Amino acid sequence: MENFKIDVDSDGIALITFDVPGRSMNTLTGKVMQEIPEWVEQVKTDDAIKGAVLTSGKSSGFCAGADLGDMAAGMLGGSDLQAAFDAGWRLNGALRALETCGKPVAAAINGLALGGGLELTLACHYRVVGDSPKIQLGLPEIKVGLFPGGGGTQRLTRLIGVQAAMMAMTEGKSFRPNDARGAGIVHEVVPAGTEVEAAKAWVKGGGKAAQPWDDKGFKLPGGGPYHPAGIQNFLVGNAMLRKQTYGNYPAAMNLMKAVYEGVQLPMDAALRVETRYFIKTLMTPQAQGMIRSLFLSKQELDKGALRPADVPKSDPKKVTVLGAGMMGAGIAYVNAMAGIETILIDRDQESADKGKAHVEELLKKRLSRGQLTQDKYDALLASVTATTDYDLIKGSDLVIEAVFENREIKADVTKRAEAQLEPGAIFGSNTSTLPITGLAEASVRPEDFIGIHFFSPVDKMMLVEIILGEKTGKAAIAKSLDYVMKIKKTPIVVNDGRGFYTSRCFGTYVAEGMAMLEEGISPVLIDNIGRSTGMPRGPLEMHDDVALDLSVKIAKQTAEDLGAAYQPLPGSEIVRKMVEDLGRYGRKNGKGFYDYDQKPKVIWSGLADLAPVKVDELSMADVEDQRRRLLFRQAVEVARCWEEGVIDDPREADVGAILAWGFAPWTGGPITYIDQYGLKAFVEQADAYAAKYGDRFSPPQLLRDMAAKGETFYGKFAPQKAAA
Amino acid sequence: MTEAYIFDAVRTPRGKGKKDGSLHEITALSLATQVLEALRDRNGLDTSKVDDVILGCVSPVGEQGADIARTAVMNAGWAETTAGVQVNRFCASGLEAVNIAAAKVKSGEAEFAVGGGIEAMSRVPMGSDGGAWPVDPTSAFKTYFVPQGVSADMIASKWGFSRADVDAYAVESHKRAAQSWAEGRFSKSVVPVKDQLGLTILDHDETIRPNTDMQTLGGLNPSFAMMGEMAFDAVINQRYPEVARVNHVHTPGNSSGIVDGSAGVLIGTLAAGRALGLEPRARIKGAASIGSEPSIMLTGPEFVTNKLLGKLGMEPTDIDLFELNEAFAAVVLRYMQALNIPHDKINVCGGAIAMGHPLGATGAMILGTVLDELERSDKTTALATLCIGGGMGTATVIERV
Repeated sequence: MENFKIDVDSDGIALITFDVPGRSMNTLTGKVMQEIPEWVEQVKTDDAIKGAVLTSGKSSGFCAGADLGDMAAGMLGGSDLQAAFDAGWRLNGALRALETCGKPVAAAINGLALGGGLELTLACHYRVVGDSPKIQLGLPEIKVGLFPGGGGTQRLTRLIGVQAAMMAMTEGKSFRPNDARGAGIVHEVVPAGTEVEAAKAWVKGGGKAAQPWDDKGFKLPGGGPYHPAGIQNFLVGNAMLRKQTYGNYPAAMNLMKAVYEGVQLPMDAALRVETRYFIKTLMTPQAQGMIRSLFLSKQELDKGALRPADVPKSDPKKVTVLGAGMMGAGIAYVNAMAGIETILIDRDQESADKGKAHVEELLKKRLSRGQLTQDKYDALLASVTATTDYDLIKGSDLVIEAVFENREIKADVTKRAEAQLEPGAIFGSNTSTLPITGLAEASVRPEDFIGIHFFSPVDKMMLVEIILGEKTGKAAIAKSLDYVMKIKKTPIVVNDGRGFYTSRCFGTYVAEGMAMLEEGISPVLIDNIGRSTGMPRGPLEMHDDVALDLSVKIAKQTAEDLGAAYQPLPGSEIVRKMVEDLGRYGRKNGKGFYDYDQKPKVIWSGLADLAPVKVDELSMADVEDQRRRLLFRQAVEVARCWEEGVIDDPREADVGAILAWGFAPWTGGPITYIDQYGLKAFVEQADAYAAKYGDRFSPPQLLRDMAAKGETFYGKFAPQKAAA
Repeated sequence: MTEAYIFDAVRTPRGKGKKDGSLHEITALSLATQVLEALRDRNGLDTSKVDDVILGCVSPVGEQGADIARTAVMNAGWAETTAGVQVNRFCASGLEAVNIAAAKVKSGEAEFAVGGGIEAMSRVPMGSDGGAWPVDPTSAFKTYFVPQGVSADMIASKWGFSRADVDAYAVESHKRAAQSWAEGRFSKSVVPVKDQLGLTILDHDETIRPNTDMQTLGGLNPSFAMMGEMAFDAVINQRYPEVARVNHVHTPGNSSGIVDGSAGVLIGTLAAGRALGLEPRARIKGAASIGSEPSIMLTGPEFVTNKLLGKLGMEPTDIDLFELNEAFAAVVLRYMQALNIPHDKINVCGGAIAMGHPLGATGAMILGTVLDELERSDKTTALATLCIGGGMGTATVIERV
């Protein structure tokens, strides 16, 4: 065995050390799954072994779960369902053999145990966890379109009941050691470093070599589906899942099915049912898209896949943020959290202080949750300096401006900041709409000028869009990416253009909602359909959130910039009237498409006068068609961005869309959506929409060519940018 | 094909379906038995001529389990040659039992058959029999399952019935029921329930509140708001995205009451009746059942009515009296709206909002009620129908002879 080492001590306790060679973290590779039965067999049959303790040989953690890249490929090699089941059963079979080996086995969990890692320990008879803030225990599979397929759906439910287990698995949230003990997931929390000792003590003390669920008298905590109390977990649980998923996520539905059917069965049969639903899930386009985008691609981007490899790695230690509004303050906060010294500058001290107060507020939240010690809190807060003094910029590795979206103001701060910058330092603009090449004209060093586009709220939104101006140099790209990686966000790198990638494509979702409104579709239908696509909110309520006056402003700016080529968006006259004649600015003044003075908000009664309702009911098939329309509109724009060279890597297009504007995560992103829809079918459908709704749906030539050749984005444009 | 005729219809009064209800201390078996005894004794019926007894029952577990129809046949001292079968079409079980009995008679399988039902809801609570539909995620997801009350609230929301509308309907139901009792309109069918000593324990419907008014009803809290807000509103809203939100208008005051009761309808061929000296009261003109969209669940009566009337070559205006079970006020209001039925032609003696809805028995009860009313008001044709869990509708048209 290359992944496990066995040492039998004088008491006959076998210490099994899990240590995958050549990797920084243990994962359940195919080879690991193969070796588990080997040591289980040895524990079972070797008379010298009285019991066993399983621990990790890595300081990084116990085990981070399955190797998803490996797994998806391994289990779905072909269309042979029996082979897929057998592959899926390998881990379940091994873990079932472990818990029925007849000798006590304890898990000494000396680091984080997630997904398959936690499931491995759930098959042990006893679990000891080290008391360390670094340790998390959880089953996060749902976040990448899967659910626990290594017995988790069956063992966790039998340990802590259906309700608690479903919550843990549908939210994918992690438990800290003491919370896991409180929930009943582990038996003992001991000082870090003494896990093995404690686990051995349990074995020596006569630990029972059987799982509670293999006991004849076992009763499921809280009851099963036809138990008077247990039934609620399913009645309400089913509804909650539909409420949350709109039926878009087969993983969530299949998880519930595996639990429902499994808890009514003895463990062996229950595990078989789990494996079947797991394989079913894995075969769905949703799971495949989500695994690729939200796990594999995101991981690659996080590690700097888009970074020019030939620029030496940099480590930004001091960053200046210009403009201490919500964005600027948010950036200062994430800097502080990453241990970066931050100068937060605004025009007057009061504004700068207000920005720092926001940082303080966010840090306090962490302090009150016990995520920061007082010392650490003090140090982080002290690392942010609020000032009006541009001299303090000196020594900064990076300056990020987050001032008003106004070319003159931006040009002014650019000049003043650059005067303080040393060679090699980078100037980043956190603009969300203004082309970088134009802004860079104010710079005396345009090769160091780059767009670093954060999303609001900065502390929660995980993406940063890096935008290249015409003259942006390689070093600026590399250093910006090093910075984004340091603040632990996911970067994408796009080329310049109006609205870049994310703002431009997001805008089409909101705009299409306006088109629907103008066509006479009822606003209730529009937003309900929008939400059901898997987008976080409907297009009209989203428009209210963004602010209607901003929308009017952008339309005016665009009209000015484009001159004769400008074509007003459908519905723009409705918004203009709402803003200019009626003072309805959106959520910010409580008046938009909705009235916000009552909760829950209601559609503004005057809207029907501006946009008379002609369609107040749609068949389910027509609802489906409108759902697709909203997704198509965005996907066509993404394809246009690709054709125009704004984006050129499917990973950044997909991950960026999901993380930036919440593009229906179940699709795996717009490019995956197009690929899975099939280029030919996509072009046909887009043409049909274009004929019905307008040229904005017309697929770019790129798509037509690819469709004609039977190509896909991921097939044709396999990621090629070198990793760092 | 042979025609099927109704020779008699009896029902127990309906007792409040709680531990303090008058019928709580009477077993389900006893209720069903007393109905069969009454059918036999009132008609001097030679029960050996009855081929089958079909009883609807929605929670056929515990004392209502294991084919309560056959148990009741044996217990009532009927001929041991009479078979018994329990059927479940949820709220329309009693009417479905009548329709099956009629079909058996029409097809020649039976000369006489009884269709009826039993539900002792105070003793065997609703939902006691479990069932996969809402619990198994496979079916719950697929069909946008929500509890019936949320469906009824969605009907009110989608077709614009306010709390005042449904409460006003409920007030009228109580008023009509009280007036009908006062005028003795139910006396032909209602058979008082006897206790273990043979003393009368209940001779009237127990839940009517003749003096209820808008103010009293307006004070009641919506029954399904909490459950709806938890998750179910969102579920049915996904199925009906045109509705902004579910308005929870239904309360215990404008929904059918939970009660105990049983009923039976004696059906046979004209020849069989003549042989025993029985006079036919009405002909079963036609019957039908349909499936409809299951999430909103309770709109089936409209569709089954259209289907049945279409089959019979009739229009709603050809029907003198309608009887639609008052499961929830909005169900009836929507039916009246959809088929353009005036209120004075439907549920003219009140309904389940006032008198209660003993699930398995109600269908047979309302058929008896409308037959009595046809005779009393000297009208000819009636249609009885019920909304049904799972999205179904069952209906029967009868014609006096």
